[in-house]
Amino acid sequence: MPLLTRTFIKTALVYFVLALLLGILLALHGSNSLFPVYIHLLVFGWLTQLIFGVVYWMFPKYSNQLPRGREVLSWVTYGTLNIGLILRAIAEPLQASQASNLFSVLLVLSAILQWFSGVAFVANTWQRVKEK
Amino acid sequence: MPRLSVWFVRCSFIYLFLGFTLGGLILANKGFPFAPWVWNLLPAHMEFLLLGWMVQLTMGVAFWILPRFRSGPSRGNIDLVWSAFVVLNTGIVLVAVQPFFSMAWLTQAGRILETISVLLFVLASWQRVKPLEV
Repeated sequence: MPLLTRTFIKTALVYFVLALLLGILLALHGSNSLFPVYIHLLVFGWLTQLIFGVVYWMFPKYSNQLPRGREVLSWVTYGTLNIGLILRAIAEPLQASQASNLFSVLLVLSAILQWFSGVAFVANTWQRVKEK
Repeated sequence: MPRLSVWFVRCSFIYLFLGFTLGGLILANKGFPFAPWVWNLLPAHMEFLLLGWMVQLTMGVAFWILPRFRSGPSRGNIDLVWSAFVVLNTGIVLVAVQPFFSMAWLTQAGRILETISVLLFVLASWQRVKPLEV
């Protein structure tokens, strides 16, 4: 299993546990501002990140020279996904409770980074989706 | 990867891009409310990513990877799976456009189609969940 895949999957597992712990907290105390964080830790941090890692490993070869495409693009996917998600986890609830320009900027930055992670993943993987 | 899987997976990637774009707009709007109308995109954001990206990718990879039959068509009734593909994507679009038409039946119809799609896929794939020697 390539290093990038191991990194994606182990990180995804960490998010899985964090999300479930947050779920327990939400069940005990309830919080509108933390609910989007909970959902995105699960579907983005855990599920999508797991998928990215396994797809990078398993999909048909891009070419003999670059079997998994451009590795740097996949590391960029990993970095932007996680930095964006962590920024969101911090800024989103804080913006809801005590709005400020700092949190506003962090939210926009988080949005851009998360979006870009998807773009990078699709750009690096599209041509690996093929019949042969 | 069989051609039908290519269709499923490429469509899932398109939904990933669209869903991420809508989500990015909604999140950015939380930071600086530049367009309150973006909240109308929330149903599409959810449907694109949960059904369009995840379920569709799963169907595509499952159709490719599940154990094949030793006799007859190796991946079973492909027409059922093509139908599942068409019905799923029709359902997703109906749910996504509903906020812009204010017709509640669009969401209901969309969800029914999505359910039918999954039933078709399960019907086509159930027997492929088998030990290798069968």
